[in-house]
Amino acid sequence: MKSGERHDAIVIGAGIVGAACARTLSRDGLKVLVLDAAFAGGGTTAAGMGHIVLMDDSPEQLALTAYSAELWRELTPVLPRSVEMDPCGTIWVAEDDAQMDAVREKQRTYAAHDIPSETLSAARLHGLEPNLRSGLAGGLLVRGDAVLYPPAAALWLLEKARENGATIRESCRVDEIINGAVRVGTEVIEADVIVNAAGAEAGTLAPALPIVPRKGHLAISDRAPGFCRHQLVELGYLTSAHVMTNESVAFNVQPRSTGQVLIGSSRELVGWDGATNRRVLARMLERARLFMPGLSHLSIVRTWTGFRPATIDKLPLIGQYAANQWVAAGHEGLGITTSLGSAEILADLVAGRTPAIHAMPFSPMRSAVAAA
Amino acid sequence: MNTADVTITIDGRAVTVVRGISVAAALINDGMHTFRSSVTATSRGPLCGMGVCYECRLEIDEVAHRRACLVTVTDGQRINTGQRPRQ
Amino acid sequence: MTADVAVIGAGPAGIAAATRAAQAGMRVVLLDESPRAGGQIWRHRTTAGLPKMARQWIARLAQSGAIVAASTAVVDAARDAEGFVITCERDGQALTVRAASIILATGARERFLPFPGWTLPGVIGVGAGQALLKAGTSFRGKRVVISGSGPLIMPVAAALSHGGARVLFVAEQAARSTVMPFVLGLMTRPLMMVQAAAYRAAFMRTPYRFGSWVCAARGDGHVEEVDITNGHVTTTIACDVLCAAFGLLPNTELARLLGCAVAYGSHVIDETQRTTQDGIYSAGESTGVGGVDLALVEGEIAGLSAAGKDARAYFRRRDALCALSRSMERAFAPRAEVLALARSDTIVCRCEDVALGSIRREWTPRQAKLYTRAGMGACQGRVCGAALELIYGWPPDTVRLPAEPALFSTLIANSATADVPLGQGD
Repeated sequence: MKSGERHDAIVIGAGIVGAACARTLSRDGLKVLVLDAAFAGGGTTAAGMGHIVLMDDSPEQLALTAYSAELWRELTPVLPRSVEMDPCGTIWVAEDDAQMDAVREKQRTYAAHDIPSETLSAARLHGLEPNLRSGLAGGLLVRGDAVLYPPAAALWLLEKARENGATIRESCRVDEIINGAVRVGTEVIEADVIVNAAGAEAGTLAPALPIVPRKGHLAISDRAPGFCRHQLVELGYLTSAHVMTNESVAFNVQPRSTGQVLIGSSRELVGWDGATNRRVLARMLERARLFMPGLSHLSIVRTWTGFRPATIDKLPLIGQYAANQWVAAGHEGLGITTSLGSAEILADLVAGRTPAIHAMPFSPMRSAVAAA
Repeated sequence: MNTADVTITIDGRAVTVVRGISVAAALINDGMHTFRSSVTATSRGPLCGMGVCYECRLEIDEVAHRRACLVTVTDGQRINTGQRPRQ
Repeated sequence: MTADVAVIGAGPAGIAAATRAAQAGMRVVLLDESPRAGGQIWRHRTTAGLPKMARQWIARLAQSGAIVAASTAVVDAARDAEGFVITCERDGQALTVRAASIILATGARERFLPFPGWTLPGVIGVGAGQALLKAGTSFRGKRVVISGSGPLIMPVAAALSHGGARVLFVAEQAARSTVMPFVLGLMTRPLMMVQAAAYRAAFMRTPYRFGSWVCAARGDGHVEEVDITNGHVTTTIACDVLCAAFGLLPNTELARLLGCAVAYGSHVIDETQRTTQDGIYSAGESTGVGGVDLALVEGEIAGLSAAGKDARAYFRRRDALCALSRSMERAFAPRAEVLALARSDTIVCRCEDVALGSIRREWTPRQAKLYTRAGMGACQGRVCGAALELIYGWPPDTVRLPAEPALFSTLIANSATADVPLGQGD
């Protein structure tokens, strides 16, 4: 059954990346249809932490996060309160002198990209975050970082797309991407541009895309206002995120606008098994308690799991991968941060413009290009 | 005070109450209605009386969010509702 | 701690189950969040004031050899290779119980439905009135209005009157005509009729009206007056306390965490009280609200079954009481009007202060959580989730670890336990 409606672009997935793409494509004048298997902002977007954070695992990652963070900063004045944008900044916490060396290295890297950051002595770190354990070496404060509430951000981006004429259909699972169309059950919907923004499921829809689910656990505490004031991340987080081991945990906590403390993080490669793994959860909490002993006195009200859309080189796939077929997925744990930048790059590529940052590193064809 | 009583402090004020009663009972008997302030700052007190609703949460002996209906009074217990200034 | 049988919940069902299992030679541990065994109906500070049957069972329990772990909240339970691991919290300390089988006797809680003013201090549940009274709250001289549903109203009104409260009005939401079949069914149980009459005598001068319910409460920082309506005429009554709830509903969170099937809001069981999971039994109100007599006999059957004993001798008594309980459910089902009391600005989720008007009917409970925070608070939707199931016809939301808020350190101690399949995302 061919659908009567005609769209310029179909975005598959109403997570934060799909929502951001719907906004930029519709802003360019395209008639956009967004399809989501469940509901807007309910997948990885809802399961994650919600940080706007600069990451320098690779120069490309830093370029994309910095570009995106700048776009978020521009939006901040118009975001509704429901998005809970809190410019709390990030402190990268160093346990010992070797990690302090890494902190200084990080500071130099950021400075080279005109990103302000501040090296913290042990005393200064303790002053800023008294609930961190004593004996830490220091840290790096990145004031420009922020946290927000991702489902509300996705809803807002979709609202902007709707104002540009986009249509959003929920409970509408795309079964197949075919040439110039998608199939939803027996219905075939055509469009010139089909954007696979299905997050961790992008690879299921398009097996050619090297995206795998990378499971994570999170826990949230009862309200404890002021317990921490910045997003806190251990320096070892980058290693945990970088190395594709079967299981790793790293200390990462966030103050939420409710006064709750959101506690992460874990990474596992276990396919689509979403069961709460009590051992991994306990390891993750223990890691957090090692940095913040006072967490012992807080109650956990809820724990959950989710799947990051992971790629081998830790960079998302943004661009065209077949006739009419485009992708914006594979953002691993950085989808909230990089959604805006990814959506601008995608819209630029679709329109034939030159993106503000080099797009080649994110090309879905990059492995083929590298091999050639 | 007879041996059947214990003394607790409610928001810094010493109050003698019957041994064995719940913290919730002690506060209500002391004339308090408001146990906590909701997230939009409205007054709340016990609803279910049996640990389900979490409306009677308050700070007991420096531990936040304890359910007053499930905790028995003990001598020297310090209860803080945040509703009156501590003395 | 290691046991053959862990009984969760120390109300009448749990007490009977633990007693029978221990008498059959099992090592039994009975876990309950309250400071003393007894549950809601037999809640006590000293056993002196308890009915004879309660004193007998509490004495039997004490002699049975079952270990009673009071003030012990169960925050997680899961199966592993050797049986079950139950993670508890007591005085801020984690306590792990290993058991070969589990008897869930998690009881029921009150069904609350939102109406304008229901968040005012002084507005409490019906069973809550009794619970607070038994925990030492003085109602002496207080003007009390009761708006509830079902047989629980009677002992609560009587107990509050005995406690010196001035019970001004008792409203039963069910119509007299729908309650009559249940009352006629009681004719075969004269003792229950006698007891109901004795309760009624305790608040004889108070009007007791069928087909009446509270529709609003008002006051400055505390309830001062309430509106009672019969759908045609609304009367305002000045009071100090409003007891308002709309029946009872089984606690199923732990069962669902353990993967036991739940249907029509209660645990699914076979004739031996076994749930749909091997080694897990259920007894009492968690299998359907049926009162203390049914809870006791179900507990006895569950205790014997968990001990591998034949419990068939008890089946007939249980089945007769079960039929009565089904008739009670029909008689006191909440009427349509009480599901429509909340206005658009009435708070439904009391933990996060979410008004009904911001929660859309076409959503799922998870959408309501993500978009409005409704059900994300400390009670984990135990109050608003149950209300929205009726108001919007929603399914129950998924249960997540921990079963109730648990200390960080407790969940770290929980690491030995196996995985449970839970839903993704939040």
